[in-house]
Amino acid sequence: MTGTLDSKTPDGPLPEKWRRHQNNSRLVAPNNRRKFEIIIVGTGLAGGSAAATLGEQGYNVKSFCYQDSPRRAHSIAAQGGINAAKNYPNDGDSVYRLFYDTIKGGDFRSREANVYRLAEVANSIIDQCVEQGVPFAREYGGLLANRSFGGAQVSRTFYARGQTGQQLLLGAYQALSRQIAAGTVTMFPQTEMLDLVLVDGHAKGIITRNLITGEIVRHAADAVVLATGGYGNVFYLSTNARGCNVTATYRAYKKGALFANPCYTQIHPTCIPVSGDYQSKLTLMSESLRNDGRVWVPKRKEDCAKAPNDIPEADRDYYLERKYPSYGNLAPRDISSRSAKEVCDEGHGVGPGGRGVYLDFKDAIARLGEDTIRERYGNLFDIYEKITGDNAYHAPMRIYPAVHYTMGGLWVDYNLMSNIPGLHVIGEANFSDHGANRLGASALMQGLADGYFVLPYTLPNYLAGQLGKRPATDHPEFIKAEADVRERTRRMLEVDGKRSVDSFHRELGLLLWDKCGMARNAAGLQEAIARIPQLREEFWSNVNVPGYGETFNQSLERAGRVADFLEFGELMCRDALARDESCGGHFREEHQTAEGEALRNDKEFADVFAWEYQGGPAPEPKLHTEPLVFESVHLATRSYK
Amino acid sequence: MNFKLKIWRQTTREAKGELKSYEIEDISPATSFLEMLDILNEQLTTKGAEPIAFDSDCREGICGICSLTINGEAHGPSHPAAACQLYMREFKEGETITVEPFRVRSFPIVKDLVINRSALDRIVQAGGFVSARTGSAPEANSILVPKHNADVAMEAAACIGCGACAAACPNASAMLFTAAKISHLALLPQGQPERSRRVLRMVRQMDEEGFGNCTNTYECEAVCPAEISASFIARMNREYAIASLRERMGE
Ligand SMILES: Cc1cc2nc3c(=O)[nH]c(=O)nc-3n(C[C@H](O)[C@H](O)[C@H](O)COP(=O)(O)OP(=O)(O)OC[C@H]3O[C@@H](n4cnc5c(N)ncnc54)[C@H](O)[C@@H]3O)c2cc1C
Repeated sequence: MTGTLDSKTPDGPLPEKWRRHQNNSRLVAPNNRRKFEIIIVGTGLAGGSAAATLGEQGYNVKSFCYQDSPRRAHSIAAQGGINAAKNYPNDGDSVYRLFYDTIKGGDFRSREANVYRLAEVANSIIDQCVEQGVPFAREYGGLLANRSFGGAQVSRTFYARGQTGQQLLLGAYQALSRQIAAGTVTMFPQTEMLDLVLVDGHAKGIITRNLITGEIVRHAADAVVLATGGYGNVFYLSTNARGCNVTATYRAYKKGALFANPCYTQIHPTCIPVSGDYQSKLTLMSESLRNDGRVWVPKRKEDCAKAPNDIPEADRDYYLERKYPSYGNLAPRDISSRSAKEVCDEGHGVGPGGRGVYLDFKDAIARLGEDTIRERYGNLFDIYEKITGDNAYHAPMRIYPAVHYTMGGLWVDYNLMSNIPGLHVIGEANFSDHGANRLGASALMQGLADGYFVLPYTLPNYLAGQLGKRPATDHPEFIKAEADVRERTRRMLEVDGKRSVDSFHRELGLLLWDKCGMARNAAGLQEAIARIPQLREEFWSNVNVPGYGETFNQSLERAGRVADFLEFGELMCRDALARDESCGGHFREEHQTAEGEALRNDKEFADVFAWEYQGGPAPEPKLHTEPLVFESVHLATRSYK
Repeated sequence: MNFKLKIWRQTTREAKGELKSYEIEDISPATSFLEMLDILNEQLTTKGAEPIAFDSDCREGICGICSLTINGEAHGPSHPAAACQLYMREFKEGETITVEPFRVRSFPIVKDLVINRSALDRIVQAGGFVSARTGSAPEANSILVPKHNADVAMEAAACIGCGACAAACPNASAMLFTAAKISHLALLPQGQPERSRRVLRMVRQMDEEGFGNCTNTYECEAVCPAEISASFIARMNREYAIASLRERMGE
């Protein structure tokens, strides 16, 4: 290991750090703001809220997304809710508790000061969103309603039916639309970032491809913000949208940005199980269902093929309630997912391939009535029925874990700036707040915290020294970056082989799910590290990308993303191999307690692993570490028993 | 299952398009409609033919990028659902299925089944927001909102912005889309200060984009994947009438 990264965490007691930092941060005077151009890639909760806010403050913002409208970023799909420490239900919540739950949920692998700041600004997010007209659920008295959500013992989650992400994103999208109309934000939809441009070591622009015309364009700016979401699609099957990708952050990595903790991926416990090879994505059933649903499998293997309603109570194993009596069905995601895998590995799984467990609402319906359950989860039951053809009011749902979220991302300091000056990274694309496992309802919180309330304060620390330093797009670095992008596109189209892009993606995904999924071990990871370069080589000699570069070409779009996944997957495995401990979503089979729980090694691994690219397609990267210093919390063994 | 497909192919916005025939075999009934198109595209690619361009992203009915008219119906035969939530078990063995893009004057075709819906974004830009400056919001519970209003606002706000309403409407009207946003914000206290201005601007933008008028055929409501009620159109008309009157009176 080499190098010790400086997180630039401000001094002072934890609750005062952010305030002090704001007081000491630099400012850009209003009349100077319009002299700055800021590129923001991504229009999800993070990018959309940042673009709207910075535009409103008077900066010139250029905003990019690959969909046809900024409103379609994948944040739109979030169902369950968003956390804040308002303590409206008067159940003992506080900023400290939200902070503590989040850092504990992350298995003590996140940066204390960042997590505290997140908990601190969470309440302002709710205020802001309500003011924008986000129709959160309310009580009869007109007050905002809350519910509890996976991994928390208080009710701190705000929600809008089962469509919280949609409503929060539309709030940000509308704020963004207002700025587009005002002319402070220029929107570039259907435009994909294909490279980052560095001038004198600073991030000063990007190269994009117009997905409609195929045109390659150079964009210069004073600072670049990546808000491009997570890389869960490296597994091919995930709950992410089809277009979610690692391209923007991976290309930045190849330009020198450090990639932190790529092996921290979250497998969500409640998804609809895989039904066949043709499947293109997996669908999440919000884990709010676990508030009223009980998870079980048949005690006896021979019962697995029976209809669930024919299995008597005594023959059911409510394994989460049995193993984790105090959290029961609300145990955190990594623990619930792994438990499901375990019971299925032991032969108790149900449905196709024995890869499923039951989520049963029978007791809740008996207690509360079908109408209440319909009111709470109706849309989820409908989705379930649409996809499986089964009615979950009458028989339990079948669920299985699926890839859902990626805690890893580009390394950033307290200012959300990467190691490349000028390159800022927000939302799921960075690594900063969720450690080795993210708690439910905290990604929406982080995306909006970063975009509305953190970046607008920290970006000026960089910008203040940069007035007048924006290069022209005919700078040699831009010309070179553009030429590289063209060359890569040309090579991809020229292979003219026999295998489709998707077939490579599927093979990579299966390999990673197998070797770097819910459970990992050194031998398996080494196998994957040996196999991925072969697959990559085959891609570059046998892929078939039809069509042309200078036109609308969805095969080419996908090929570019898969080519990056084929390099990134290896980096993920290397990180998983180097992290020779278990923590959160990263479960190394070599490191478990007698009861099969994750065994952390705080002495050797209480740090962030941040990888530096060393040239070539993907040779061994160089490891940098950031030690995690815990001043306020005591590193406890996570127990949800 | 086996199917015959007739799919709209058009190389560019200006080019002339046509329906082309394809056959596809051995499809599991649990395959989604878009996965069936994926399989067809894999087969076309392997044969060296150009795959069919179609947009899809979330594949769970919420991003609103689907733009397919299937057997003459926006999003296909299963309602309420976006095309990505349609499964092959809904079709008959051997059935001929026709797939076209949404046909609306204001949504030009980009390629094959892909269309340009930026007109909808411009309607929102015209006024579909609350001017809530970041950081200046009051404490969230300081303004009470009756549960009923919040619930109805949510029903309107659930619109996924796909434009199926306009595709289904014989007049290519985007009234349901526009009315949903106007109603959502008009129902909440936060939306009051800009209420008049919003409806006037959004309706005018809608007209400028070349969308048609509503003649109460309710086709929009029938195909809406988010089950937005056509009663919001009546609400918008009321809002518009009052706002125009106020405008004329110089308020
Ligand atoms: C099904 C589902 C349910 C979820 N439910 C919850 C929940 O209940 N609560 C919670 O807290 N979290 C939830 N999450 C997680 C949460 O939704 C995401 O982590 C969060 O929305 C990510 O926001 P983002 O702004 O970082 O990225 P995204 O919303 O993914 O946006 C990424 C943006 O980047 C753009 N982009 C990407 N690559 C490029 C490129 N190369 N060039 C140009 N543009 C690019 C895209 O167009 C898009 O605009 C859920 C996630 C999923 C998948």
